[in-house]
Amino acid sequence: MSRLRFLAVWISAFALLAGAGAGGLLLVDAVLAPEDERQFSRLLALGGDILFVFGVILFVASGFLATWLVRAYLTPVRRLAESTWLAAGGNPAHRAEPQGPAEVRELAAAVNALAGRHEALLGAVDERIRQAHADLDAEKSRLAALMSELASGVLVCTADGRILLYNEHARRLFSGAGAPGYIGLGRSVFSLIDRPLVVHALDQLRDRLAHGEAGPVSVFLASAGPSRLLRARMAPIMGTAAAPADPREPSGFVLLMDDVGEDVASLEQRDRLIERLIESTRVAVASIRAAAENLENFPQMGRERQAQFTAIIGAEASRLTGELDRATRGHADLARSHWSPEQMRAADLVAVARRRVEAQLGLAVASGDIDESLWVSVDSYSMAQSLCYLVRRVHDELGGRDVRFDVAASGRHARIGLQWTGARPAAGYSTAWETEPLGARGEASPLTLRDVLDRHRAEAWHEDDPATQGGRFRLLLPLAAPVRGRALPAKVSRPEYYDFDLFSQPGPASALDERRLAELAYTAFDTETTGLEPAAGDEIISIGAVRMLNGRLLAAEVFDQLVDPRRPISPASAKIHGIGPEMLAGQPTLDKVLPAFRQFCEDTVLVGHNAAFDLRFLQLKEAATGVRFDQPVLDTLLLSAVLHKDLGEHQLETIAGRFGVSVTGRHTALGDAMVTGEIFLRMIPLLAERGIVTLRQAREASQRTFHARIRY
Amino acid sequence: MAKRVLIAEDEPNIVTSLEFLMSQVGHEFRTAVNGEDALRLAAEFRPDLMLLDVMLPLKSGFDVCRTVRGDEALKKMKIVMLTAKGRETEVAKGLALGADAYITKPFATRELLDTVKRLLGD
Repeated sequence: MSRLRFLAVWISAFALLAGAGAGGLLLVDAVLAPEDERQFSRLLALGGDILFVFGVILFVASGFLATWLVRAYLTPVRRLAESTWLAAGGNPAHRAEPQGPAEVRELAAAVNALAGRHEALLGAVDERIRQAHADLDAEKSRLAALMSELASGVLVCTADGRILLYNEHARRLFSGAGAPGYIGLGRSVFSLIDRPLVVHALDQLRDRLAHGEAGPVSVFLASAGPSRLLRARMAPIMGTAAAPADPREPSGFVLLMDDVGEDVASLEQRDRLIERLIESTRVAVASIRAAAENLENFPQMGRERQAQFTAIIGAEASRLTGELDRATRGHADLARSHWSPEQMRAADLVAVARRRVEAQLGLAVASGDIDESLWVSVDSYSMAQSLCYLVRRVHDELGGRDVRFDVAASGRHARIGLQWTGARPAAGYSTAWETEPLGARGEASPLTLRDVLDRHRAEAWHEDDPATQGGRFRLLLPLAAPVRGRALPAKVSRPEYYDFDLFSQPGPASALDERRLAELAYTAFDTETTGLEPAAGDEIISIGAVRMLNGRLLAAEVFDQLVDPRRPISPASAKIHGIGPEMLAGQPTLDKVLPAFRQFCEDTVLVGHNAAFDLRFLQLKEAATGVRFDQPVLDTLLLSAVLHKDLGEHQLETIAGRFGVSVTGRHTALGDAMVTGEIFLRMIPLLAERGIVTLRQAREASQRTFHARIRY
Repeated sequence: MAKRVLIAEDEPNIVTSLEFLMSQVGHEFRTAVNGEDALRLAAEFRPDLMLLDVMLPLKSGFDVCRTVRGDEALKKMKIVMLTAKGRETEVAKGLALGADAYITKPFATRELLDTVKRLLGD
């Protein structure tokens, strides 16, 4: 309540009381007889001082009256109004607190009843909307699931390069050391892949579309960081809601990407291998041929000369043999690396085969000596199927009993043994066994044992085991390097990797200030620090941030980084954020973290709670790091003061409670950033109700609040 | 008629055969086992023809060919290039640099002798 308004109430009360007194006097004067009237006038003249005192008392009393009126009626009514706005806008579950005199409390009860109905109505509408969108959501989920399971990276972009969708595989392709930029909804694809490449591919698509080609695809190679080479296939997206007037102009494109770095390296290796083989063979054969032709064409040459040419032929033939052996080994290595099946322990392969035999044939297979340390590179399905097939034929045709597997090392191979007690296969068995389909009971397979062996560069044969009354198959599989603790990427719960609303978002060219709050991209951020005095040398120890787009908090697109402050942490602040020196040891320093954070929040509006505090820390580092944060900033503390200046407290927890935002991870940078982001998203419609629609309006309204005057 | 032939080749077993062949047809010859030797001997020995391997140490056969063709004094020397690569692009390159003939290893000795004979105008 402003002082001016209080003064107005006071003056009004005084005028009312004074007017009532004067009116009373005039009334008395009017009804008195002339004699009494004179008497009364004399009395008034004599009692002037008393009248003055009476006037002062009246003035003071009117002050009290004004205070009472303001406290009892105006303030509760005003609070009630703000509560009503809140319930009508940001938080339908909010209820006014009944206070003040009975009439105002009754009004509050009526407002609450109305808010209750409003909330119930909203709930019903929400439910109908939810039902109406259920099919769409299911479809989106199926799409997201499909995308996440694709073995290729997928990026869907608008024609101007903004990312509408990406899958987990794409995220992995563009993450890790040396990644060119951040992948994220609404971000530009040009920060990930060179612009000229993308533009060229898109131009090719346009050309081919213009020539009436249906479903054109453009293929190009692009690097993703220093060590990754991607093969990208681009297909156009035609005719969405935002499609331009020309129906042949794509409104966006899909990029399917595969990491082909290894393939390309392996092809290069193969080329080198072949080249070397050709050259060395030509040289050796040239020597042999020349020597042989000399021997043939010049039979009259001396014995010594003959011996010389004969020796040349022998030496070159040996050299040629060596070169061919080397090429054969090199080719086998390459073929294995090119066909990239899964790498697994030979022991696990045998265990899979045993389970399969038990399930399909109902036979128990024992395991003999198993070398657990051997790794093989196999298609485990077809190889286990092959082992199962062998057991079946041994059992069915040879009456094999006590079947057991063993695994041992044999040079560059793992040797899998299959032993049994019973008859041995007849001579010539191998033709039939190797060339008939593997399919076991009720299971068809086009593959034969020979196919599977060839594919694995493996061999199998039967050898008589004099030690037992039975037979033994040997299977030799090339060894693979062991796979050590490769961590699976953490699964993000329901990642929000798509946002097709971006199709209808205006381009980046329009000035941010005049853009509507509801359509901007934001980064909500927070920092934890060694203490509260940036100017006195306190440092940032943690930065957390989350991106927001089209009214959604993108929980999968976060920045969460601890920072080594290179100075002690004050015990008071350590108590708040719980970050101790041991957690910060080995973390990057701020000069490494700030450029990454700057890149993360590029082209977005920063949103912080009491952002002036965090920004002061960042500003103090500008000179040292050369990283400048010059994008627009909005502060939920100031915006809260804009929206609810009479609701008192504007601390993060209080506001969160007011907006019905649940608080988790409070006093971690990322946790606070997320709470701040959620609050901000709920503020946008409330601000709009007050006519604050654009970024400029929000910034100007923030500047006018009392809190904006705080400096750090 | 005896002519002078420079054999520029680093594979000793091929050198043996080439030397034998040249001696059989009565040519005087010298042998260089790398590109720099080949240029030095070309200036000293003044051969009528050079059998020039492409993959010589120190200086490749292509470089030797280019240098010889840029030297007025050696201009008349015939060059037969010998290569183990035999790509079409390489043959084209050798001929463009001024080689008179291009023979891919392994070669028929008869073909080699015919080529040498043709180039020397015997």
